[in-house]
Amino acid sequence: MPKILTAPRMARCIGCESCMLACARMVYQSFSPYKSAIQVRSRGGLMGRMVAEICTACAEPVPCVEACPTEALTPRAGGRGMTYRKAECIGCHKCVEACPIQVIGWDQQENKPVVCVFCGQCARFCPHDCLELADAEVG
Amino acid sequence: MMLNSDFVRVLHVDLTTGESHLQDRHDLWLDYLGGTGVASRLLDESVHVDRDAFDASQPVAFANGPLTTIFPVVTKASATFRSPLTGEYGESNAGGHIASALRYAGYDALLLTGAAKRLSYLVIDGDKVVLRAADALLGMDTIETGRVVRDLITGAGHRSILRIGPAGESRIRYANANVDTYRHFGRLGLGAVLGSKNLKAIAIIGQKALNLPADSRAYKKLYAEIYDRVLHTDAMKKYHELGTSSNILPLNELGALPTYNLRQGYFGEAAEISGEAFAEAELITKRACAGCQIGCIHVALYRRPFAPGWEYESTMVAYDHELVYAVGSLLGLGNRPHILRLIEEIDRAGMDAISCGTALAWATEAMEKGAVGPEQFEGVDLRWGDVERYSRAVTAIASGTSELGQWLGQGEVAAARHYGGADYVAAAGGQGIAGYWTGYAHVLGHLLGARHSHLDNAGYAIDQKLEPYTDEAIVDRIIADEAERIVQTSTAICLFARGVYDLGTISQALATVGIERSADDLRSMGQRIYWERIRLRERLGFQARLEDLPHRFFETPTLRGLLQPERMARLLAIYQERRAAAIG
Repeated sequence: MPKILTAPRMARCIGCESCMLACARMVYQSFSPYKSAIQVRSRGGLMGRMVAEICTACAEPVPCVEACPTEALTPRAGGRGMTYRKAECIGCHKCVEACPIQVIGWDQQENKPVVCVFCGQCARFCPHDCLELADAEVG
Repeated sequence: MMLNSDFVRVLHVDLTTGESHLQDRHDLWLDYLGGTGVASRLLDESVHVDRDAFDASQPVAFANGPLTTIFPVVTKASATFRSPLTGEYGESNAGGHIASALRYAGYDALLLTGAAKRLSYLVIDGDKVVLRAADALLGMDTIETGRVVRDLITGAGHRSILRIGPAGESRIRYANANVDTYRHFGRLGLGAVLGSKNLKAIAIIGQKALNLPADSRAYKKLYAEIYDRVLHTDAMKKYHELGTSSNILPLNELGALPTYNLRQGYFGEAAEISGEAFAEAELITKRACAGCQIGCIHVALYRRPFAPGWEYESTMVAYDHELVYAVGSLLGLGNRPHILRLIEEIDRAGMDAISCGTALAWATEAMEKGAVGPEQFEGVDLRWGDVERYSRAVTAIASGTSELGQWLGQGEVAAARHYGGADYVAAAGGQGIAGYWTGYAHVLGHLLGARHSHLDNAGYAIDQKLEPYTDEAIVDRIIADEAERIVQTSTAICLFARGVYDLGTISQALATVGIERSADDLRSMGQRIYWERIRLRERLGFQARLEDLPHRFFETPTLRGLLQPERMARLLAIYQERRAAAIG
């Protein structure tokens, strides 16, 4: 069964950005939190609630996969979400536009998307267990 | 930029012209690293010793550090300026997102000089630096100013908003600068200096790509190890559980909690205002600075009725030990919502809560003694524990509309000089003390510390732990601890993580990003910066004199008994010997 990233306990979030730094560091080889497929933000300032903008791993047909003109984004084995192969990406930006909830980031330095690879590093480095790599239900 | 290079990138903005330019400084990278080291050096180079703190030509410097955001709990920025409160060296450190936003905007330090012609705010959006008119923000409180500026800036990326309140605009000498709502450059009056420069706010937006080193294995491994030490050992447990206000009860039991303007070290209502009581009744969440997994910011729900018929209003107010002491025990206030109310009012006005509390405590005693009267204070007749009167007093100080309010806005030391009553100011080095009353090291630490802060050298901890408690050992520890903390604050590590980041760990962390400094190199750097800073402070007027300590310090027993002026004089003499041996 494929794993997907979930954020079931965001009421515990303290806004430390450890998850974003983990994704940048462990997946995108970067110190910069914008190169992270998870973006934690406050809604209504620091006094508001914390939210995690994450890939929800669409069931097929997956919009970003459909939009991709090359084989960079392909359906993931077992359903839900996609597999990303950077070498195939031509930097056309179509996946970003296709994402229904606008959670694909853009790496301007490399001209490539910043997408979730469902590895769970962000959850590993969350101090309050807000995030969880969960078994996906495949319909 | 400091990462992947060998210089410190300083963005210099001339507020008079709005022009900015870059300085890439290899010498700073080599000898000062960042944080306190770089910010104090930048001040040293550009401060005008013969001019007032509010002179437009005076500089303000900010610096992050080489490890900012890229290791756990490395969250601080240092700011340096000439303090309008003490007239001498001003330094203050803040968390929030400012250090991180500055890093991702592409800078290691920010140097401001000049003064804007009209009330303005500065936007640093990566390479774009713009000064914009802020006329409509005149008199706006710190929370609303943050909201408005946030709505006005459009850039994507890591953001931080520093702003001052009405107190900064009217140059209350302990006005602070609020950073991202719940953190502050708190002490010594940075807010007033920014007010004198007509600078209402600074918004920093950063989205630079910073790549890991080609071989990042050592970096990732050390990050994970430090992460585990931060979260899974006792090193920082205190800060993420009850937070600093866990100090209230134990200090009170030791007789070391300053109460009623330091007439005593014991507060009868301490249990009501303890960290435990706040946590059980008011704590609703915790918040963190960027890159800190601890989240020491304890946020309380301040809920109060405003009309009959179950009408309530609520706000979210952050509390800490120092605030609970300064507007709680020191003012005889034993009611948690009352304390939250004063914290919020002082914070919105943009004043340092410790200094405001020590000024109010002095004024309360001065009124009791008849040195001042309510007729000089818009009719406010201060009484211990009376929140309504203290609330009116906060407004009176921030607005500066009364004679006593104006004097209190200059600090209790200045007010006491004017009205009499210097015997009972709870201040050392020109600034109100932090919430401990432990012994000689606490007083000496406040007097000698660069920021006149308990955090410079932790004298309060030396008093509690040092054995044998000899004169030489006290002075040497005060100096050695501050020199070591300079290493931590020059790498921009939060001092709450000092138990995790010993010099060996800092050396290892620097090495993973290509900065080679042994633990011994770092220790020497801290000691060198310590004495350089003493020289700078002396140029600005710093003196360590027994006669400047109030009589009150020698009449209220500490954890180490009643302090004796003769012994304090011996400690100061030993300090002078150490000073002479180091810098002549």
